[in-house]
Amino acid sequence: MSEHEVLSPLPGTFYRRPAPDAPPFKEDGAAVAVGDVLGLVEVMKNFQEVTAEHAGSSITFLAEDGEAIDSEQVLARISE
Amino acid sequence: MKIRSVLIANRGEIAVRINRACRTLGLRTVQVHSAADRDSLAVRLADRAIEIGPAPAAKSYLRIDAIIEAARASGADAVHPGYGFLAENGDFADAVAAAGLIFIGPDGDAIRLLGDKVAARQIAAEAGVPTVPGSTARLADVDAGLALAHRIGYPVMIKAAAGGGGRGIRVVHSAEEFARQFPQAAAEAAASFGDGGLYVEKMIESARHVEVQILGDGQRYVHCFERECSLQRRRQKVWEEAPAFDLPAEVRAQMCTAAVKLAARVDYQGAGTVEFLYDRATTSFYFIEVNTRIQVEHPVTEMITGLDLVAEMIRIAGGERLSIEQDDVVIHGHAIECRINAENPARNFLPGPGTIKSLKVPHAPDVRFDSMLFEGYTVPPFYDSLLGKLIVHGADRAACLTRLQSVLNELVIEGVPTTIALHAALAADASVAAGNIDTRFLEGWLPSQFP
Repeated sequence: MSEHEVLSPLPGTFYRRPAPDAPPFKEDGAAVAVGDVLGLVEVMKNFQEVTAEHAGSSITFLAEDGEAIDSEQVLARISE
Repeated sequence: MKIRSVLIANRGEIAVRINRACRTLGLRTVQVHSAADRDSLAVRLADRAIEIGPAPAAKSYLRIDAIIEAARASGADAVHPGYGFLAENGDFADAVAAAGLIFIGPDGDAIRLLGDKVAARQIAAEAGVPTVPGSTARLADVDAGLALAHRIGYPVMIKAAAGGGGRGIRVVHSAEEFARQFPQAAAEAAASFGDGGLYVEKMIESARHVEVQILGDGQRYVHCFERECSLQRRRQKVWEEAPAFDLPAEVRAQMCTAAVKLAARVDYQGAGTVEFLYDRATTSFYFIEVNTRIQVEHPVTEMITGLDLVAEMIRIAGGERLSIEQDDVVIHGHAIECRINAENPARNFLPGPGTIKSLKVPHAPDVRFDSMLFEGYTVPPFYDSLLGKLIVHGADRAACLTRLQSVLNELVIEGVPTTIALHAALAADASVAAGNIDTRFLEGWLPSQFP
């Protein structure tokens, strides 16, 4: 079984939800299709979507909601 | 003056600017900062620096308790809020005062009163200042809004009472659209501002944004003339000028007098800005809102008047009377400010933090660069993208534009994307030179210039 890493395109703040009181884009363990929104990276008050480039049966998030992240940091792993 | 030591509750270029004003007045400075700003210029310049939390602003620059504790621990006797963050938070001003410290700005009641955009419209109307046709109170419900919109005519703007600064605004063109947008606007306002109150203003189709700088000590009030800030993207100012170059003399006098009347009406203390829309076709102007803080674009006013607005607001907070009479404030020449942001105009203004590899700033008596940059500084991703403000002075607007082109050419910032190329294109543009601009000009011009 192979795994794919989801990397942050930019340094900034990672959000797993579209709004503070909304449910997460993806729960831990959820299945993922290509193009699914996995989270947002806020850089200088500008929000960039992080989307899945690989499909998988289960996603495991490594970065928490609201965590400060670096460029190329692993945000999540997708298992096929 | 009662103030000897100022805590700077902000970051970036404005923290550096406040530090400079404090030095002019011989005051000690305390800089609070987040973990992401340990290496900042503001921290280096201050007499003392105190870390108040991690990078996210909600856990550092927005923490009232941590800032007041830092002021106590460092023996500061006053707090300067800068702009953004807690600058227009009446509860912060109250908390500072309750701790026995001086808030450099108007008191909490004045901030709350003018921060409620519906209340501010009522005060303006009472002071005899023309307002944009629209609500005299918060809308009770969607039907009240529809009736008002029908009376004043579409298009109208649905605005959040607790909004301001271009946030919480929806433009609607019909009754159907109004009925659809109203509940969304109320929900969004409640989520964004903690207050779902809405009001309606008529959309002024072709307008300039012109704003008047005021100073008040609670007894006397003066204006420092106006700024022209029509070049905006997504309702955020990009380029500002002083004075508003083609404002007829009698309109300038009326607008500035209206701003002073409004300041007197609320016993205003400190520096503030009264914002207007100006319709050049009819030479009418309409009040929009008051900002109860120093503004990003204050340097253009300083360049044409010779005043130090930040030092003046500190003196007023320290209990001194205004140091100037109205007749002392005189316009000399013209000034333009370009906001240099870490954004790429060729990639839809995508912001890019990073490390400054090279910095070359032109130095001349007619040039000012307000910035927190130095070579080797890493611009963090957690805050806004403003890197600095390039301000140029000229004998008149044409001379200022010519000089601006050469100065922009000399300014070099390498390591992060910047909007220098945008400003160079604007400075060379025939429509900008002719003054054929309004608040919608820039967004219409960008696709042809930066596709």
